[in-house]
Amino acid sequence: MSELFRRFGRLGGGLVLATALLWALLLIVLPQLWMVDLSFRPNLPVAARGGPEDGWTLANYAALWANPLHRTIFWQTIWSSLLVTLLALVVCYPVAFHLAQEAKGTQALLLATALVIPFWVNEILRTFSWFLILARNGLVNRLLLALGLIEEPLALGGVGAVMIGMVYAYVLFMIFPLYNALESLDRNQIEAARDLGASTWRIHWRVVIPHAKPGIAVGCVMTFMLAAGTFAVPQIMQSLPGGTNARWFTQIIYSYFFDGGDWNRGSAYAFALLLLCIFFIMAMMRLFRVGLRDIAK
Amino acid sequence: MNSRGLLRLFTALYLGLFFAYLFLPLVFMVAAAFNASRFPTMLPWEGFTLQWFWGFDSRGRPTGLFQDARMAAALWNSILIGAGVILLSVPLGLAGALLLSSLQSRLKGLLYAVLVSPILTPGVILGISTLIFWQRAFEVGGGLFLAVVGQSTFIASYCMLLFMARLERFDRTLEEAALDLGASHLQMVRRILVPFLRPAILSAALIAFLQSFENYNTTLFVIGAEDTLTINIATRVRLGLTPAVNAIGVLFIAATVLAAIGWAVLRRRENAARLERPAAGPGERLIRRSRNRLTAGGAAD
Repeated sequence: MSELFRRFGRLGGGLVLATALLWALLLIVLPQLWMVDLSFRPNLPVAARGGPEDGWTLANYAALWANPLHRTIFWQTIWSSLLVTLLALVVCYPVAFHLAQEAKGTQALLLATALVIPFWVNEILRTFSWFLILARNGLVNRLLLALGLIEEPLALGGVGAVMIGMVYAYVLFMIFPLYNALESLDRNQIEAARDLGASTWRIHWRVVIPHAKPGIAVGCVMTFMLAAGTFAVPQIMQSLPGGTNARWFTQIIYSYFFDGGDWNRGSAYAFALLLLCIFFIMAMMRLFRVGLRDIAK
Repeated sequence: MNSRGLLRLFTALYLGLFFAYLFLPLVFMVAAAFNASRFPTMLPWEGFTLQWFWGFDSRGRPTGLFQDARMAAALWNSILIGAGVILLSVPLGLAGALLLSSLQSRLKGLLYAVLVSPILTPGVILGISTLIFWQRAFEVGGGLFLAVVGQSTFIASYCMLLFMARLERFDRTLEEAALDLGASHLQMVRRILVPFLRPAILSAALIAFLQSFENYNTTLFVIGAEDTLTINIATRVRLGLTPAVNAIGVLFIAATVLAAIGWAVLRRRENAARLERPAAGPGERLIRRSRNRLTAGGAAD
């Protein structure tokens, strides 16, 4: 701490310290604590808040456990998010590897730029573009009708459609961390492995993937977090015919806040979701033996 | 050799598929924006039209995006929020990076974890906790202000990471030399630190704006009754589906391409600055020179 004041003087150092602490407290720590606190309290009218009934309780969490529909949606959210993460990893790995190790010069630059553009088109529009493809009058149905494979347009909505939308929307959050990790791999290591007679599979399994561990961890954490915490993708994909049963956990949370007006219950559900994400991050850090510093880059 | 050739063919095929997967949906979306069909679809093609940007239907009602006053209001809100997020996130991120770069103890690890945690937290939860805290503690409800605060929670973390990456390449002895040579702290910051950080400040501002502009999950919870561009698009997609949404998409993609080019240029400049170090600013050059002279003098003695 003394170094801070030595670098920036008493006034400057104080300013830096105060700004950073205000950010940490007012924007990060206190809001989270407030949410957790709220989740352990009953939903009371304004007049009764802080009164004798306003004690800590587990009722809001018990309600999540007791509601079979909400529980199902919770598990479905986890399961689908895991699947989305795995799919994104499988889809992205070859592209990231090619980009980082095989592409050269202009080709690499072009490919990288081509990746950046959809990355910045927003999530809603990216999802919307798939919505249009799967819609009743969409491309898939038109094509199948034109080929005479179907007579009536198919209802393509459902959990599958939501997952397609998600893989599409988040694929780039997987590819960039992978690319960053693979870029630093010395090509000579691959060459050496090949010269020593290793097969392509073996090279990837023993040389490339171990090196890419931090990237895989980051990509998986980001993708899972985005998938489990998204509101936009299921909301849009549900408008597809047959899509109404594809509910996402975040939508229950939303309805507690804005339709039901039970912020306490909503907070409990939100905290459950947060715990799930924290658990996933810890598991990935354990599995891939990486630290937080590698994750947040 | 044969199997490697096969592998190469496979890779090329896969890359082609991947980029088609990435771009074709966007191409379809753009094409539908120019299709005269009343529904946002590319097939069947009913002729080229600009009416989803500006035009009237057969009964004389406006159909175009640019004729929509709500859209314009939403766009304006998005711009205001984006500007607010830049003004809040860049200083916060900078302060965080400077503080962390001056810490060494275990405190550093803890503070780092706290300050990057918003990046790893789902956006809806950031929105919810911001809403609860400001509503219950200060009675500030959802709206533009809260949108700025909620978005800055995690955008400031991105800014901080950008600053930290830049500061990692910073030669701290320059700072010490400036102070030893009698510069005030303010002079040191103005003539050494700020010129060195300038490219990072620019990229942080650009990234902050783009992140804010496209944010949906956090904004949804803290925006109250206001509208932003993304919220507006989502509402349109859900309710009245007309190709005007696709027209927004076209504009979005065009803006994105421009921004991506801008960002690439900035990055390139930053990289160039890394390669030829003396380009970092007049203050730094001055100190380098005097320090060299000092060491040269010392050697002569």
